[in-house]
Amino acid sequence: MFYDVAIIGAGVIGSLTARNLSQYNLKVALIEKGNDVACATSKANSGIVHAGFDAKPGTLKARLNVDGTKKMADVCKTLFVPFKEIGSLVVAFSDYEVETLRELYQRGITNGLDADSMEILDRQALVKLEPNISPDAVGALLSKTAGIVCPYELTVAAAECAATNGVEFLRNCGVNSIKFENDMFILSTEQGEISAKYIINAAGVHSDDIAKMIGDNSINITPRLGEYALLDKSVGNVVNHVIFQCPTEMGKGVLIAPTVDGNVIVGPTTVEVDNKDSAAIAQDALSNVFKSANKSVPSISMRNTITSFGGLRAHDVTSDFIIGSSNANKKFINVAGIASPGLASSPAIADYVLEILKSIYDGELEKKSDYNPSRTEPVKFREMSDEQRRELIAKNKAYGRIICRCETVTEGEIIDAINSPVGARDVDGVKRRTRAGMGRCQSGFCGSKVMEILSRELNVPINEITKFGGKSDILYERTK
Amino acid sequence: MNSTLKYDLVVIGGGPAGMAAALEAKKNGVGKIIILERAETLGGILEQCIHTGFGLHYFGEELSGPEYAHKFIELVEQSDIDVKTDTMVISISKERMVTAVNNQDGFIQIDATAVILAMGCRERARGALDIAGSRASGVMTAGAAQKFVNIDGYMPGKKIVILGSGDIGLIMARRMTLEGAQVKMVCELMPYSGGLTRNIVQCLDDFDIPLKLSCTVIEVHGTERVEGITIAQVDENRNVIDGTQEFVECDTLLLSVGLIPENELSKQIDIDMDPITSGPVVNEMRQTSLPGVFACGNVLQVHDLVDYVTTESQIAGLGAAKYISNPNNDDSRYAFTKGGDGVRYIVPQKVNINSKEEIKLYFRVADVYLKSKFVVSVGDEVLIEKRKQKFAPGEMENATLTLEMLEKIKENDEIVISIKER
Ligand SMILES: Cc1cc2nc3c(=O)[nH]c(=O)nc-3n(C[C@H](O)[C@H](O)[C@H](O)COP(=O)(O)OP(=O)(O)OC[C@H]3O[C@@H](n4cnc5c(N)ncnc54)[C@H](O)[C@@H]3O)c2cc1C
Ligand SMILES: Cc1cc2nc3c(=O)[nH]c(=O)nc-3n(C[C@H](O)[C@H](O)[C@H](O)COP(=O)(O)OP(=O)(O)OC[C@H]3O[C@@H](n4cnc5c(N)ncnc54)[C@H](O)[C@@H]3O)c2cc1C
Repeated sequence: MFYDVAIIGAGVIGSLTARNLSQYNLKVALIEKGNDVACATSKANSGIVHAGFDAKPGTLKARLNVDGTKKMADVCKTLFVPFKEIGSLVVAFSDYEVETLRELYQRGITNGLDADSMEILDRQALVKLEPNISPDAVGALLSKTAGIVCPYELTVAAAECAATNGVEFLRNCGVNSIKFENDMFILSTEQGEISAKYIINAAGVHSDDIAKMIGDNSINITPRLGEYALLDKSVGNVVNHVIFQCPTEMGKGVLIAPTVDGNVIVGPTTVEVDNKDSAAIAQDALSNVFKSANKSVPSISMRNTITSFGGLRAHDVTSDFIIGSSNANKKFINVAGIASPGLASSPAIADYVLEILKSIYDGELEKKSDYNPSRTEPVKFREMSDEQRRELIAKNKAYGRIICRCETVTEGEIIDAINSPVGARDVDGVKRRTRAGMGRCQSGFCGSKVMEILSRELNVPINEITKFGGKSDILYERTK
Repeated sequence: MNSTLKYDLVVIGGGPAGMAAALEAKKNGVGKIIILERAETLGGILEQCIHTGFGLHYFGEELSGPEYAHKFIELVEQSDIDVKTDTMVISISKERMVTAVNNQDGFIQIDATAVILAMGCRERARGALDIAGSRASGVMTAGAAQKFVNIDGYMPGKKIVILGSGDIGLIMARRMTLEGAQVKMVCELMPYSGGLTRNIVQCLDDFDIPLKLSCTVIEVHGTERVEGITIAQVDENRNVIDGTQEFVECDTLLLSVGLIPENELSKQIDIDMDPITSGPVVNEMRQTSLPGVFACGNVLQVHDLVDYVTTESQIAGLGAAKYISNPNNDDSRYAFTKGGDGVRYIVPQKVNINSKEEIKLYFRVADVYLKSKFVVSVGDEVLIEKRKQKFAPGEMENATLTLEMLEKIKENDEIVISIKER
């Protein structure tokens, strides 16, 4: 198989980059070792679109964060991805910390934020915005341009758009080694050999390992685990903004934020780990998360947890994003060290990678005439009015069969998710695309039904349906 | 279908509770009744409980879950009660407008004179537990496993550990063993089992499956499929005792860690809820705080015996029939029930002291009590005293208020049940 460009890694970075490249007459492969897009860090993070005052001035992070956040609303709108500009608050608990808020405000200005997008609030103003805030809070930095986005939905949407425009998505296709011969990369993968003229390395925590395959030893990723609790929708309005704690010598504390779907996310912790392939959460993770969260909002309680999970930050020793042509081979572009705010920056990163590719590409990139920047808008029964539901079911009865009771997801939506351009192949894939199984019963009720639908639509026996590919089987042989 | 349907009684949920309530309402003269059930068939959770042990109290014979359910399904079929299966109720309003969807009629709206909530309950999932580790496959609720084995006919595991010794956990321990799996142990956080004694004997002891009390699962190992778990002993405050951690190799962890009444619909109409039962607050006819809306079965309180579900639901069906025949005739004056020492909750939470019938109170104790008694009292006056060899949280108790006793109770009195040593 031959491609002009091979993108390694189908996280938010690889997928948005693929979408960007799909505007051009290029043969592009999006190569992923997992069974789906968004199966690593891009599925397990805070989902915050940071305003951009946090990053150190002058760094790539600072520039791409501010630029990415500016572009986010537009990208999400085009791709039918929920994005809400709800604003963020960095909460101070002492006058000393209020000083830090002023520094953050100043840094925001230096990084290029509008002065009127930020405001330092006293306690009274803070309580008005956040009635449940701790009595110990003395003030906060309000940042109006911060927002929340669903990170996996953005990734899926970007990949679907790319696929609609001709990008080939290759799953279960881990890259094991790379040769460079006759001006061509030859990737040895789990699915055989793939040749490509250019490589974009967007392999997340493994981006250093991929770089080493071409002899580039300049990157050094140490994974850092972040652990979260996700709370039931019944406590969905305990906060109205993204609530950060003012950073101290003790660390950053955890954030509390609404999610676009009406839950509340609390976390992350920071734990240095050595296994890049396991985001297993540690014992006491939840109690640590809540201990820290209660500093900001005392009423928040572990009792409302519906699930917990971990994600791995791709932390590079330089603490900055590493984006550019490799010194070992200029046709190999690294997009590495994409730790937070990688999601917020992702639209800008994808644009930047395109610029770099253009600068090294042999010849001109030619635009396609029929490029479609969007995707088919997914049906979301749970968000529809009764009138819309009535019409929808009248058109297609499959939308009248509710499979996930907690999140009100219909059979029609699950079938759509499986048959979309980058379709779901496993239970977690259906879950990320439709929310079936993401509610308070955590698939206790719908799990078997989702498996039946996957089995039927994909035409494979039900005991071959996995949770997330590989050996994550759910059922064994038939009963006696 | 665009027009609104009109029914005297809409029953939400076609499990044993919904069916018994509908039949009783029919018997008492209610005209148009419809049962809405989201599963493909009537029967509720019983359809997957193929073990026996149902109906001992009510029919005086040992039936399997489906057998018990089918007795009711037949009666419903013989009656003129309408049934819509594969139909999910998605909302109700305070005016008792019920909205449901299915793939036959599409979108359905029903204007009901009375509504009976009989939605049953769901199992508590892993999220609520602080179990460390990965998201590997092989962790599921015991009820989900039961469905895979009994309905779909597939094994969800080979080497199994069960967390939680409630009845579902115990029954699944036996079921999986009979299907050839190795059930390594059942771990229970509390110092006693939450299940019925007969299930401990018949499901664990008879198969030599160890029951580890004051023991919990603290970590799940494995990145794709579960490869093992770490268990540990806990102290009396349920904190892990350091040094007791132990690795157990297994490919499956089944959770049987409690049931939660499914009251999302009830919350839409703002009826009063009991924080302990997680079900609605009801009077002796199982009417909720919103007149015309009744609740029975597992949606009201988690039952271990379906026989009690049936009895409770018949009361609700009768209550609904009375309401429908005369919606505005309510001369109720209420006294309130309250769990005293050792009693976790009582259903009903309030009783009409003008009731012309005696009233049975159902309650659960908070701990295991040996050689004790329960006492029902109002103020200083003791109404009932009953001794028992053993009280356990897993077994529901009851006490009957006779008409004589009701006469002694005044409006707004507190009827207290407590456990005392004898
Ligand atoms: C705890 C935590 C919180 C965060 N919170 C935020 C936030 O609030 N806001 C924000 O902006 N950012 C946040 N981030 C950062 C953000 O999540 C990441 O920057 C972003 O998801 C990175 O995307 P990615 O595509 O680079 O990586 P990934 O999503 O990890 O994608 C890389 C992909 O490469 C694949 N891959 C790896 N090796 C190979 C191989 N050999 N062959 C083929 N494929 C391979 C992987 O399977 C994976 O799918 C957070 C991160 C963490 C961990
Ligand atoms: C695994 C298990 C083992 C048991 N073992 C025994 C035993 O050995 N002996 C014994 O006597 N008892 C046993 N029980 C107890 C007894 O079976 C239950 O208490 C009884 O089934 C509860 O009846 P129900 O009708 O309240 O609930 P369910 O049987 O749960 O019925 C509720 C019905 O409502 C439907 N529903 C819910 N929401 C909606 C909606 N929005 N729209 C439409 N329909 C809806 C559901 O699909 C379900 O069919 C067991 C229970 C379980 C779970």
